[in-house]
Amino acid sequence: MKKNLSHKEIMAIKRVKMPEQDAQERSRNFKEVNLGLSKEQAIREAQRCLQCKSQPCVDGCPVRVRIPEFIEALAEGDLPEAAHILLADNTLPAVCGRVCPQEDQCEIRCVRGAKSGPVAIGYLERFVADWAMEHPEELPTGSTPQASGKSVAVVGSGPAGLTMAGELAHMGHSVTIFEALHDTGGVLRYGIPEFRLPKRIVDLEVTRLQNLGVTIECNIIVGKTMTLEELSEQFDAVFIGNGAGLPVMLDLDGENLKGVYSANEYLTRVNLMGAWRSDFPTPIIHGRQVAVIGGGNTAMDAVRTARRLGAERAIILYRRSEAEMPARIEEIIHAKEEGIEFILLAAPLEILGDEQGWVTGLRCQKMELGEPDASGRRRPVPIAGATFELEVDVVVNAIGTRANPLLTATAPNLKLSRKGNIETDSTGATNLPGVFAGGDIVRGGATVILAMGDGKNAAAAIDAYLNKGA
Amino acid sequence: MFEVLQNDTLAPNVHRLVIRAPRIAKARKSGQFVIVHPEQGGERIPLTIADADPQAGTITLFVQAVGPSTLQIVGTPAGGSLQDIAGPLGKETEIERWGRVACVGGGVGTAVLYPLARALADADNEVTTIIGGRAKPFIILADELAEFSREVLITTEDGSLGRQGFVTNALQELIDDPERCPQAIFAVGPVPMMRAVCELSRPYGIKTIVSLNPIMIDGTGMCGGCRVKIGNETKFACVDGPEFDGHQVDFALLVDRLTMYREQEAKLIGELPPELQKKIIKVKK
Ligand SMILES: Cc1cc2nc3c(=O)[nH]c(=O)nc-3n(C[C@H](O)[C@H](O)[C@H](O)COP(=O)(O)OP(=O)(O)OC[C@H]3O[C@@H](n4cnc5c(N)ncnc54)[C@H](O)[C@@H]3O)c2cc1C
Ligand code: SF4
Repeated sequence: MKKNLSHKEIMAIKRVKMPEQDAQERSRNFKEVNLGLSKEQAIREAQRCLQCKSQPCVDGCPVRVRIPEFIEALAEGDLPEAAHILLADNTLPAVCGRVCPQEDQCEIRCVRGAKSGPVAIGYLERFVADWAMEHPEELPTGSTPQASGKSVAVVGSGPAGLTMAGELAHMGHSVTIFEALHDTGGVLRYGIPEFRLPKRIVDLEVTRLQNLGVTIECNIIVGKTMTLEELSEQFDAVFIGNGAGLPVMLDLDGENLKGVYSANEYLTRVNLMGAWRSDFPTPIIHGRQVAVIGGGNTAMDAVRTARRLGAERAIILYRRSEAEMPARIEEIIHAKEEGIEFILLAAPLEILGDEQGWVTGLRCQKMELGEPDASGRRRPVPIAGATFELEVDVVVNAIGTRANPLLTATAPNLKLSRKGNIETDSTGATNLPGVFAGGDIVRGGATVILAMGDGKNAAAAIDAYLNKGA
Repeated sequence: MFEVLQNDTLAPNVHRLVIRAPRIAKARKSGQFVIVHPEQGGERIPLTIADADPQAGTITLFVQAVGPSTLQIVGTPAGGSLQDIAGPLGKETEIERWGRVACVGGGVGTAVLYPLARALADADNEVTTIIGGRAKPFIILADELAEFSREVLITTEDGSLGRQGFVTNALQELIDDPERCPQAIFAVGPVPMMRAVCELSRPYGIKTIVSLNPIMIDGTGMCGGCRVKIGNETKFACVDGPEFDGHQVDFALLVDRLTMYREQEAKLIGELPPELQKKIIKVKK
């Protein structure tokens, strides 16, 4: 037990390594890459935490998980208590433990980082969350909150909407989620692949919300099936968390050739529609040589998916250098281990095709880095005359997404930014009374945990709004 | 779950389904479509809403069995149900007072044409309807269309009903007759038919609207799989359409993209039991 460990002993423990599926093997299957820590590994890693008074890690977490507290309980082997603390702060810990960029948030602030590597907060979060899912009977049963008699409509069942729903349900409000697709989870379902986030996890997290009394209605496209106005009339408050689901097109010649996909379509076919499974009818083109354009998580997920669908060459084409890639480091490392090729400092100029309309290649421009741009990253500039061709049979565009105007087009009074994102104040309130928003629809493409932070934050504001109205 | 209240066979493998979907029935406007996902693990199939009754809370779909998923939809009996139906999607038809209008339908497209033609007639247009098909059993809704059409012209490829030939033969006749020449044409049907109608009307400069059916998944603009080229611009048929100015449509691209999964589709059909395979209509793409 921790109490028996001296400072020196604590400092001597090395950061745990996540057990992983063998790279060669996993590059041909869709099973989860990270296998999770054993209980012994988790407790030992938890013992590395110094229980800093200032808790710098907590400041890095958008939902302010009480990190040292849950880690302390874990270090003492008290799993029910660790789970209790974690679940109180984070509605979707099994998801966050897998997909959050801890390296930029909590772990980057960990005081142990400088010398021996930060405490593996993400791995521990995942361990405790998975344990809680497998041992529901050992969790303390929270008292059911008293019903407030107020109702809230939540648009979208991505991380923002799910977090919002969980928070409000805990406060005793009656919540209905309206989801456009036939299944829940947003990007967690249709975007992030099975090998990084098993859909069983999303199902379990959603079931937990339903057990709290949250109602979920799929197949409702707000703006088409129902309007925002109707929701405002039928509910005491509305939260919009409909994401940034519109693909940005490359705008290049050849973009409409067969075999050219937006990452949204490619990943949706595979994840939501099960194209990777032989027992599902959804078709997808299994490229032998696949180029994915972009350097974010979406690009990594798409290229690693292509590899698993059988691509001999699966290539990332990115216009800056690796240092500027927005993808998580873990994803980049995993991709390399799986044999993904990185062609950096190159941008597509034209997609080439044959007479039957199938893509056959990419003509690319070599780039070099110039002065920093508005994002602070060095701007890629074309090297005059330096072009080359790549032979490919599938191209996936993963350069980004923006706000989908379906909902906002039918709510003319809702204040939007120039880019079409919904504008809110710091509490998540929009300019319309009783209408709140958060997640990618407000921020543009961001992260799961920022969307969840918005959901949590706005839930407090909605609660205050509802109580004021009472 | 969406309950099927009625399922009638109109023509070989063409069914009319009346389905309980109160919210869609209430919100639906002419020209819009739904996405039907018949069961968990099935495909998402876009289908035009042929009619809706907001009071009864029902929508009517006309479905032709062209693959395993549509076969499953037409095989759902009254009392059965379909797992997911999302909509209404797409833009509504812009109904104007054109004067004389020709409505041209081919195959199951005639069903999509029907509410459109009626809306045009209700807006005081003089509607002439042309419907075509392979043979007599494939001609649907002729009586219903006759109720508000000035005349209904029928063409069949084998001459078993109406006159022998294609809808374009009948349309040419209309155009050649100064008393009947339309000011606008609405064409819904197989892509080669819509394309032929557009080629015919183009030299006369008669506005021609077509309803496109590219491959799509979500129907909300999220996947971009339904890209079509209209003039020089790429549009998403699901949110910018499905109806477009036919003279601007790049039909070659549409036909091409529709064949993207031909091999996989053929394989799926090949895996069905032979008696089911017979029920699938081979559509020209
Ligand atoms: C492939 C991919 C990989 C990613 N990887 C990571 C990662 O590793 N780590 C990380 O932190 N972030 C990652 N992200 C980003 C992260 O997923 C998003 O920032 C996050 O999901 C945003 O959450 P959200 O709730 O705002 O929206 P979404 O998750 O987009 O959910 C919005 C939901 O609303 C629904 N909806 C849309 N319009 C309507 C409407 N009109 N009516 C009703 N419902 C509607 C949508 O169908 C969807 O279910 C990734 C994104 C992608 C695409
Ligand atoms: S910063 Fe690191 S060592 Fe300090 S409390 Fe947080 S996890 Fe523990």
